Amino acid sequence: MNPAIQALFVIVGGVGGCIGYFYLSNLFLDKVLYPPKGPQAGRNINRANLIRPWLFLFPAIFGLSLYLAYPVLATLWLSVHGKDGAFVGLDNYRSMAGEAKFWESMRNNMLWLIVVPALSTAFGLLAAQLTDRIKWGNLAKSLIFMPMAISFVGASVIWKLIYDTRPEGSAQIGLLNAVWLQFDGGIGSVIALKVVPALILISTIAAALFGIWALLSPLREAERRGQPGIVAVKVIVAALLAFVCYELAGWLSGTLTAALPYGAPQTWLSMPYWNSYFLMIVLVWIQTGFAMVILSAALRGVPEETIEAAILDGANPFQIFFQIKVPQIMPTIVVVWTTITIVVLKVFDIVLAMTNGQWETQVLANYMYDKLFRALDWGVGSASAMVIMLLVTPILIWNVYNARKEMR
Amino acid sequence: MDNIAGKKSALQWAVHLSTALLVALWVLPTFGLLVSSFRTGDQIVTSGWWRALMTQESQQPAIRIGGEEAQADGQFVIEGNLFDGQGSQISRWGTSSKEPEAFAAGDSADVAEGVSLTVQADGAFRLTSAASMADLRMPRVFVTAATPPDFTTDNYSNVISSPMAGQSIGEAFLNTLTVAIPSTIIPILVAAFAAYALAWMDFPGRPLLVAFVVALLVVPLQLALIPLLQLHNAIGIGKGYLGVWLAHTSFGMPMAIYLLRNYMAGLPRDIIENARVDGATDFQIFIKIILPLSFPALASFAIFQFLWTWNDLLVALVFLGTGNDQQVLTGNLVNLMGSRGGDWEILSASAFVSIAVPLAVFFAMQKYLVRGLLAGSVK
Repeated sequence: MNPAIQALFVIVGGVGGCIGYFYLSNLFLDKVLYPPKGPQAGRNINRANLIRPWLFLFPAIFGLSLYLAYPVLATLWLSVHGKDGAFVGLDNYRSMAGEAKFWESMRNNMLWLIVVPALSTAFGLLAAQLTDRIKWGNLAKSLIFMPMAISFVGASVIWKLIYDTRPEGSAQIGLLNAVWLQFDGGIGSVIALKVVPALILISTIAAALFGIWALLSPLREAERRGQPGIVAVKVIVAALLAFVCYELAGWLSGTLTAALPYGAPQTWLSMPYWNSYFLMIVLVWIQTGFAMVILSAALRGVPEETIEAAILDGANPFQIFFQIKVPQIMPTIVVVWTTITIVVLKVFDIVLAMTNGQWETQVLANYMYDKLFRALDWGVGSASAMVIMLLVTPILIWNVYNARKEMR
Repeated sequence: MDNIAGKKSALQWAVHLSTALLVALWVLPTFGLLVSSFRTGDQIVTSGWWRALMTQESQQPAIRIGGEEAQADGQFVIEGNLFDGQGSQISRWGTSSKEPEAFAAGDSADVAEGVSLTVQADGAFRLTSAASMADLRMPRVFVTAATPPDFTTDNYSNVISSPMAGQSIGEAFLNTLTVAIPSTIIPILVAAFAAYALAWMDFPGRPLLVAFVVALLVVPLQLALIPLLQLHNAIGIGKGYLGVWLAHTSFGMPMAIYLLRNYMAGLPRDIIENARVDGATDFQIFIKIILPLSFPALASFAIFQFLWTWNDLLVALVFLGTGNDQQVLTGNLVNLMGSRGGDWEILSASAFVSIAVPLAVFFAMQKYLVRGLLAGSVK
């Protein structure tokens, strides 16, 4: 049977089946099992109302349990069993930890986890703030939002053209190389590639250091008030910022000292360490629109009185933005950040399509795919899947905690 | 909002400028690929897409002369044109790769004993010799020519009809449609009933179920691959469309329930209680009141799910199989990147075929998409 016709049958059958199930099961409940009449009408109505929610819920719960909850347990089971099904304890995890590729993936994933949410949120916030203040803001918004609709693979093709490299001497068709070849080592290049980046790096490092100080200085007070959870979160964030500082300091010394290969086209995607960043840019490009849309709505929700009061007190636009608006939309920023974090943990298509994990760009999701479907090593593959699950768990707990709070 | 105090911000021009820059940065990559998809393969490799509208002066790949020999005035002559009517203008030419610009247009050059070659600016050449050239190895010509801009839609007709990586994009397009449409429609109904129960029906364990759904919202579907593949094999579905539909339906379910529950919980309580007092059953309330009122939320979920299933690669790779006739657009594109990585005329056209539908859906229904995003995240 032609798949397209099969699809049509499935649509009709699926929709009809759903409606039929809900209608008939309700009918059965009301007419046959507990009819709301006769001597026990009251009791019957109560009983029917006890059962009905589960009739409504059953298909969804069944699907969720079988396709999402059960696999978590099954993967856990697979990860502690060998190829022949014998229990092997933590052997799979041990052999995974012995692989250089795994640690490479972990390292890259950590970078992805810091860089992509940070840049997407920052660009999204910037775009939201800018577009809300101009007439053609809506057009600008929908153009920045557009990459959301493009598949990761499509985006990879788009960016691969930008990173394309032709041999030295022939015309470059990749935008990045064409721009790069404009730099010839003269004074303009020094300003654009050394001075400006160095200034940006220095100010970013300074901002990060200030952030660490701002996070850690009120700690003692929080401790006194007995909020160990908040203290822990702040310490973790500060540690991450310190790591970022360390990394950026390395970049800074690199920018100032490295001799740049002017005039030679670069193969960006096989440049160790930096190529990961070139892949991250693709995801940042996709996710910024999402961050922008949500943050823009949040910014519009900031009460006008607070801004008015700040203006009357003589605050300049930057102060209004950083000291009035940003603190008020902090909860939304956190939501955006965590949502993008989850996307990052699952990122697979971009790496598969652009480098397939070569040149030290491997990430966990692609490593797992390699293990499961190329090496057919289900034990180690499941073990790496569990690592991804473990990384998601804090967000999972935090989300559930918030949802519970909301329900009350 | 910052102008409340009555002064126009001096930063306004900077805002316009930075926004324009940001938008340009975000649009350029896609635009570049779009332009490239309408250029011929030769043009793509000889110049960047940003020069597509300019006449290009470039050195072209060597062209070997060929043609029928004719006799005139006691000489053997081969005449022809290097180009097939593209309007290119030759400025310099040569007969060896060491000196590709040795002669000007209209010059004659000796290519062998008693054989001379003349090339005109429009590409016409004339090879003359005293003896027959039947045994002569025909010379190669290197030309530096100015080529006018040349746009074509051939790339699209090529990739849609003829197989590139084992299968044509047109076929992959149909497969993707087959995967995406049932996977979008089926979860909506199932999720809507569940969302109604979670929003408006009282029963023990409801908060726990909501927490369960929220928790599943972030479970990476990577974990589900192997267990579900085993399950599908065990119950005899194996790899195929049925498996993909089931997988997409279930993977979309947490998002659907969460979105719809949030929306339904916000509907006015009065309507529902009035209906209850009037004797409507839950089933009637749901069908006649909740479902029509929830249309915006249903639409936003449908758009999400459609974009997600259309753009998905992993689920299709794992549950549909990797055979040539089962590829979806994304899978086909990945294969093309592997096997035809340098052929940008094929890659760019294929990529655009695959992103055209989601882009159209996106621009047509942006309103619902944004609404759905906000309902899902800002709370």
